[in-house]
Amino acid sequence: MRRIAALIAMLLPLAALPARAEVTLAVSCGSVGVEARLCREGAEAWARETGNRVTMVSTPASASERLALYQQLLAARSPDIDVLQIDAVWPGMLAAHLADLSDRLDQAARDAQFPAMIANNTVEGRLVGMPWFTAAGVLYYRRDLLEKYGRPVPESWADLAETARHIMAAERAAGDTRLWGFVFQARAYEGLTANALEWVNSHGGGTIVGEDGAVTIDNPRAAAAIGEAAGWIGTIAPQGVLNYAEEEARAVFQPGQAIFMRNWPYAWPLLNAPDSPVHGRVGVAVLPRGTGEGGRHSATLGGEQLAVSRYSRHPAEAAALVVYLTSREEQKRRAVEGGLNPTYRDLYEDRAVLDANPFFGPLLDTFRNAVPRPAAATGTRYNQVSAAFRNAVHNVLSRRAEPADALRLLEARLHRIGRDGQW
Amino acid sequence: MSRRLKRQIGRVLFVLLMVAIAIYTVFPFAWAIITSLKSGSALFTASPLPIPPAWDNYVATFRDRPFGRNILNSVIVSGSVVALSLALGLSAAYALGRASFRGRGFLLATILAVSMFPQVAVLSGLFELIRWLGLYNNLLSLVFSYLIFTLPFTVWVLTTFMKELPKELEEAAMMDGASPFIVLIRVFLPIMGPAMATTGLLAFIAAWNEFLFALTFTLTDEMRTVPVAIALISGASSFELPWGRIMAASVIVTVPLILLVLVFQRRIVAGLTAGAVKG
Amino acid sequence: MVTRGPVGLSAVAQDRRRAAFWFLLPMVVAVLLVAGWPLFRTAWFSLTDARLDEAAPGAFVGVENYALLLRDPEWWNAVRNTLVFAIVSVTIETVLGMIIALALNEKMRGRGALRAAMLIPWAIPTVVSAQMWGWMLHDQAGVVNAALLGLGLIDQPIAWTADPDLALWAVVAVDVWKTTPFMALLILAALQLLPGEIYEAAEIDGLGPVGRFFRITLPLIRPALMVAIIFRALDALRVFDLMYVLSGNSAATASMSVYARQQLVEFQDLGFGSAAAMGLFAIVAICTVLLVTLGRVRLGGAEDAR
Repeated sequence: MRRIAALIAMLLPLAALPARAEVTLAVSCGSVGVEARLCREGAEAWARETGNRVTMVSTPASASERLALYQQLLAARSPDIDVLQIDAVWPGMLAAHLADLSDRLDQAARDAQFPAMIANNTVEGRLVGMPWFTAAGVLYYRRDLLEKYGRPVPESWADLAETARHIMAAERAAGDTRLWGFVFQARAYEGLTANALEWVNSHGGGTIVGEDGAVTIDNPRAAAAIGEAAGWIGTIAPQGVLNYAEEEARAVFQPGQAIFMRNWPYAWPLLNAPDSPVHGRVGVAVLPRGTGEGGRHSATLGGEQLAVSRYSRHPAEAAALVVYLTSREEQKRRAVEGGLNPTYRDLYEDRAVLDANPFFGPLLDTFRNAVPRPAAATGTRYNQVSAAFRNAVHNVLSRRAEPADALRLLEARLHRIGRDGQW
Repeated sequence: MSRRLKRQIGRVLFVLLMVAIAIYTVFPFAWAIITSLKSGSALFTASPLPIPPAWDNYVATFRDRPFGRNILNSVIVSGSVVALSLALGLSAAYALGRASFRGRGFLLATILAVSMFPQVAVLSGLFELIRWLGLYNNLLSLVFSYLIFTLPFTVWVLTTFMKELPKELEEAAMMDGASPFIVLIRVFLPIMGPAMATTGLLAFIAAWNEFLFALTFTLTDEMRTVPVAIALISGASSFELPWGRIMAASVIVTVPLILLVLVFQRRIVAGLTAGAVKG
Repeated sequence: MVTRGPVGLSAVAQDRRRAAFWFLLPMVVAVLLVAGWPLFRTAWFSLTDARLDEAAPGAFVGVENYALLLRDPEWWNAVRNTLVFAIVSVTIETVLGMIIALALNEKMRGRGALRAAMLIPWAIPTVVSAQMWGWMLHDQAGVVNAALLGLGLIDQPIAWTADPDLALWAVVAVDVWKTTPFMALLILAALQLLPGEIYEAAEIDGLGPVGRFFRITLPLIRPALMVAIIFRALDALRVFDLMYVLSGNSAATASMSVYARQQLVEFQDLGFGSAAAMGLFAIVAICTVLLVTLGRVRLGGAEDAR
């Protein structure tokens, strides 16, 4: 059986003929809605072309529950799922269970992709996930309010806080007592890690753990960044933001109760739906940069990849399906129909893609230069690093610790978790 | 203050308390119904009335997924678990509650200890066991694994009730030469009615609502149970929460349980025990 | 445990004892089959450094995991959170459940409706109800704040689940809402088994309703009440979904189960996570022993049964 599969794997690239033997692949990608529909359509199109069959496996929408399920299945070497969609921070954690797809991505295609995505998905020289769509943190703002008060889109975090304070004070005085300045994700979950990494990195404070595995978080710039964010709570951001994930933040921004929101690109079509109160009044911009030396714009890299399970009974077909689903044509279709950010650079100049998603063009640099979380360097320990980091940040935000103290303790903790840089 | 007035005030306070409890328990469900009739941006507002009501959430629940099948799965699983636990539990309770033998306390303590582990700690062990038995992605795996929490509960509750029953009950029957099995079926089963109905109902709902095992031990949509099916309803993109639909599905699955309660009402508060125990 | 009674047991008693074995067997086999292996496995892994994401089986490390656990302040914080949560919520649930059960036991109008209404919270899947409350408690868009603001009880929206001190109480409120029906139903079943003539006698003795409750009802239903409390306490001490959904994985508000799950699932640390699960088990066991002792629950001695 295995030998036949290997034979097919060898023959497939040579002759572009559909595989003779019909196989059934279990594919686990998005959930219901646009994402699932696009994935199913793509997979079924491949099945028709090649004469194989696909079944879709639905998984929980919550990323952490999906990860737990995958880990359970993979730890048991279960062949029940062949192709799985994995999050930006999972390659390091799941690498041991995933097949190497390096030889499935030719040099030309590799060069045309965002390098950050390829780097993110390469673990010890093996490409364990094929980039499928990307995402990065962006700043949503109320265009109408900024225009009304003659304010530009904030360039730095300090500008953002100042603008927010100004507009909030004026609007509240005018009777809109429930308006807030800025909402983001500060609940103690993976989203806070993504948010806080943006603050730290935009101040030139590094990426928690460097690419070489050295712990770098205990530095004055990182402390300044987190201290600045703590100053927002209760002034321009409601106290409740400490328990907001993506949707809770949108629940404040969409009814028009906030001026700025940090979120992922998924919110764009929803904010502009016909029944949305802020329909047509929202702009998207790159996140502000930090003040001081080394300040820059940074956005945390998100997005999803497709991977092939090592325990798949049909690895060759599974890899072929992954190649098909992540191809340029398929990514274009998904961008136009579902607003999912492609990972091919040239698609950001494509007319059809830009017509559907006008903000893709101006934000190309944001997506291309997005900062990955330190998942590759920390490997299987990433979740521990992320939990320690977000708990430290959450303690500062809820005023139960000073930034410098929290980061000193965090650094010591990370050294312990990472066994002094070996990970 | 006259005694009569005091009584009156007491009555009013009691009624007020009952009303408060009713609001506390029912309001969230009412809110779920209201939410299930909202869609899009209306979900993010706390407005009390969905105008116009969006029935689409209910239609979509059955259209996009085999939700009817999921309900059937849940009924099969919870029903079998309860039947099995009650049968095993009643028989064990009869021994534990009516006979005395060495090590009984130890046995009861051990059974209770099974309920002391967090669910997540037994998850991977059960997962191995289920794969080994070849029950993965099969409803039997759920019937099997749910026993871990329904069985200790039923055994303990039934044993307690069994112990409380007067001794004379079975002695008469025993004198007539009835075997223990006959005594259990003829004498105790009818008396234990309310206790069995209550225990069964509580166990049924616990099984009906179980999520973690159901998520881990089944894979395809056709094998999912209701809580998992609801949790798997998701929005158009990865972060979006289709709140209206989730609520619609919750309302749909809660209604059968309420009907079940109404059907079991009689049994739960059956007045027959008092007469039977009198002896 | 020593079996009491005369040496020459009656034939009935001996018969019964032999029968007892066969009546117990199916249940014991079922429990062993379902729980034996998983529990043994957890106990064993707690003594190794096994990880779920590594193929190699863990090496035996003795009690190292336990030593680490006992030194982790986050664990003790989780223990404290859980104990506070369990004590407060079970107490409220018991009192409230008792009141509801007594009310439902009376012959009054609307009893059927109240009984069905009361069961609703218990019947909604926790995955859903926890999220539902999360949204109802949302500080800006939630209906709870909207209602309180509308009634003029507060003048600023309250961040129920964001403030670590408040979050625990929010979780208690939701748990009370969800599981009071469980208590009420079990107590109601116990009340139903009480013979009516006891009350008739009490009436003649001139006991008032309060006296009747404390002198007659409570002592009689105590065994059943204790079992209900024990099972509720077991559940409360293992609380997971509610904490997880309402206040996330924040170390400040985590319960013991949240902590154990994070180690086991999120960090894939099978050895240490199993040790945390065993730690949880030990604490639950201690609490149960306390409850059994203080509540004078008799594990043995059928002869004492009336």
